[in-house]
Amino acid sequence: MTKLVGPFGDTRDDGKVQLSFTLPVDWSEAADEAARQLAGKMGFRDVQVVEGRPIASGFSFFVIYATSAQAVDVDGIVAPSAGAHAMSMEQIDALVHERVGRKIRVAGACIGTDAHTVGIDAILNMKGYKGDYGLERYHEFETHNLGSQVAVEELVRFTKERRIDALLASQAVTQKGSDIRNFTALSELLEAENVRDNVVLICGGPRVTNLLAGELGYDAGFGRGTLPSQVAAFIAVTLAERLRQGRPHW
Amino acid sequence: MDLRIDRRSVERCRDLAGAIVAPVEAFIAAHSTVSVERAVLRLLGVDGITPQEVPLPNAILDAVPPHERARGVALPFAKALAETGLEPAALGTEIALGRCALEEYASTPEAAARGALARFVDRALGRIAARRDERAAWLADFPQLPPPLLYVIVASGNIYEDRVAAVAAAQAGAQVIAVIRSTGQSLLDFVPFGPTTEGFGGTYATQANFAIMRAALDEASEKLGRYVMLTNYASGLCMPEIAVMAAFERLDMLLNDSMYGILFRDINMKRTFVDQHFSRMLNAYAGIIINTGEDNYLTTADAVEQAPAVLASQFINEEFAHRAGLPDDQIGLGDAYEIDPDREDGFLYQVAQAQLAREIFPDAPLKYMPPTKHMTGDIFKGHLIDAMFNLTSVMTGQNIHLCGMPTEAIHTPFLGDRALSLENARYIMSTARHFGDEIALRPGGIIERRAHDVLASCEALLERVAAMGLMAAIEAALFADVSRAPEGGRGFDGVFERAANYWNPFEERRLGPGRPG
Repeated sequence: MTKLVGPFGDTRDDGKVQLSFTLPVDWSEAADEAARQLAGKMGFRDVQVVEGRPIASGFSFFVIYATSAQAVDVDGIVAPSAGAHAMSMEQIDALVHERVGRKIRVAGACIGTDAHTVGIDAILNMKGYKGDYGLERYHEFETHNLGSQVAVEELVRFTKERRIDALLASQAVTQKGSDIRNFTALSELLEAENVRDNVVLICGGPRVTNLLAGELGYDAGFGRGTLPSQVAAFIAVTLAERLRQGRPHW
Repeated sequence: MDLRIDRRSVERCRDLAGAIVAPVEAFIAAHSTVSVERAVLRLLGVDGITPQEVPLPNAILDAVPPHERARGVALPFAKALAETGLEPAALGTEIALGRCALEEYASTPEAAARGALARFVDRALGRIAARRDERAAWLADFPQLPPPLLYVIVASGNIYEDRVAAVAAAQAGAQVIAVIRSTGQSLLDFVPFGPTTEGFGGTYATQANFAIMRAALDEASEKLGRYVMLTNYASGLCMPEIAVMAAFERLDMLLNDSMYGILFRDINMKRTFVDQHFSRMLNAYAGIIINTGEDNYLTTADAVEQAPAVLASQFINEEFAHRAGLPDDQIGLGDAYEIDPDREDGFLYQVAQAQLAREIFPDAPLKYMPPTKHMTGDIFKGHLIDAMFNLTSVMTGQNIHLCGMPTEAIHTPFLGDRALSLENARYIMSTARHFGDEIALRPGGIIERRAHDVLASCEALLERVAAMGLMAAIEAALFADVSRAPEGGRGFDGVFERAANYWNPFEERRLGPGRPG
């Protein structure tokens, strides 16, 4: 069964989308027309430039409504969510106690030169996020928040020294792919040090998706709006499963 | 609007801030840092890099014999100046290239050394005073629009791209341009050199980049008929050096907090306290408005709970600033609009906090930071939250208004994002320009009660800090739930005790506002 869907304006399959962009030209009637033609080249039809105006000398801003003829089969799309295991803190602690039999050692940091700790703090700090307690609050987790601007080498050294079971790397700055570079450097160094399989490796940040995490060789990726319990549940379930299968661990 | 706050409590908070800062000032007076000494060299005219790309001030300081360092770099450098007859820049190059060794001149009489240095000290002070006069002339000829001054950031990583974005933003209404630094620069124990075109999440703060942006904004100011201000960051490990560069290139504001680096960048507290003092002394002399970083308390912890800590930090920042010679009108104390938008009456709490700062620090050019923590990818909701932030700012008379971007949390601002943000601010601040003058707050109402609670809690917090001492209080995580040890963190190895005959010719001249030489 395929289920094709396209953008919905006010009726099914009308294909309506809104767009806005800036062009590096002074505003004029011709600039509006340029924006219209450009949207046409993007594949849109019935392009209406509903707003076009100068925002600085040499720059104009446009708001456009247009129609797209494209549709996708939603039933054929697989995008696994890392936050699929919905459990409370008490349930997660109980699961760890029963199936892991010891505290899970967790470490997290903003890696590279990134100093934006809001995300990793929301997941790790006692207080948590949106009323969902952070990992420091869990009885069955021993949590180390290493803070901001932690070098990948330092994080790997810490991981080996403390025999960390779950490693959380956070990146908010994404300019010129610095996040991808740092995430990759971490997974590669873990591989090189022969400890990659010992950890549940997780990345996080406002632009991270679970799909991206998979491509980077991580076990999971968590994006904006993630609750600490979603991360905790993933760690607990994944580690418990690895132990059951007799896979490598510390 | 009037919150009818307890003025005795405000006085008590100021007294407590004085008691908290006094012992730290005693520590500061007995110490110097590598960055303070490098700033002295920069003031004297040393600049440039070695063939190995080490900045000359770093190379020279490294060449000072360890036992000499405790007396300050000025004296050995002055002795060499006296003997060689070179200009500071040329002497700096000779030393850095190893063609001249400072210890060769150890026996030069101190009087001769001091005499040789005097004209270069005068030259530095004259250079800064000239920039200050230039700014005054610009402001007289090209007056700014009324506050809140709309402040936006540029952050492409490439100074030449930043220049285009800054001029476009100025045309769209921006009155202050901040060039965000490359992430990680705060942890470098040197200042990069020359124009830069590569950076992450921002553009390196270099003196050449400062000059490039200042020139572009001067040109834009002239065309727009209003002076556009430039700001950067005197924070991290090189606060004093950045302050020198900013003074030389006529920056108008600098981020410059007394505790931010300690709490949020894990920079050693002793290093930060000594560095902030010298950098603020320079800022005072240069007429540069400092911006403090209280917004960070709100982004890293719950904004409602942290309100007393914000106010306490404002009192402490004010006290440190006064002691470095900064007058009230150069102390841009910070706050931010960071309460969870889902919280009922959150707007009332924001108004309470912003108005509280306004009433307690009436002459300070308060800096108000936009929502960031609760901004998501929903640009439409973000634009609405920014509008409420804009309203709070204009109704409580904030001075320096950092415009919120609808695309906060998505990317560093696009040119079009800045234009939308500035349009939002201009609309709200025009349509509600005198709203704050027209309304009275209900006695005993939510806003007034909240303000009174925050002030009372702030007083209690300052009492605790005063009882423990500031360094111990930071170690006990009384600020931002972060614990830092007095000898931990980055840059501690660059702090040293001054010898009895330590000499810093700029400190000796007691730099301060309107006190040239």
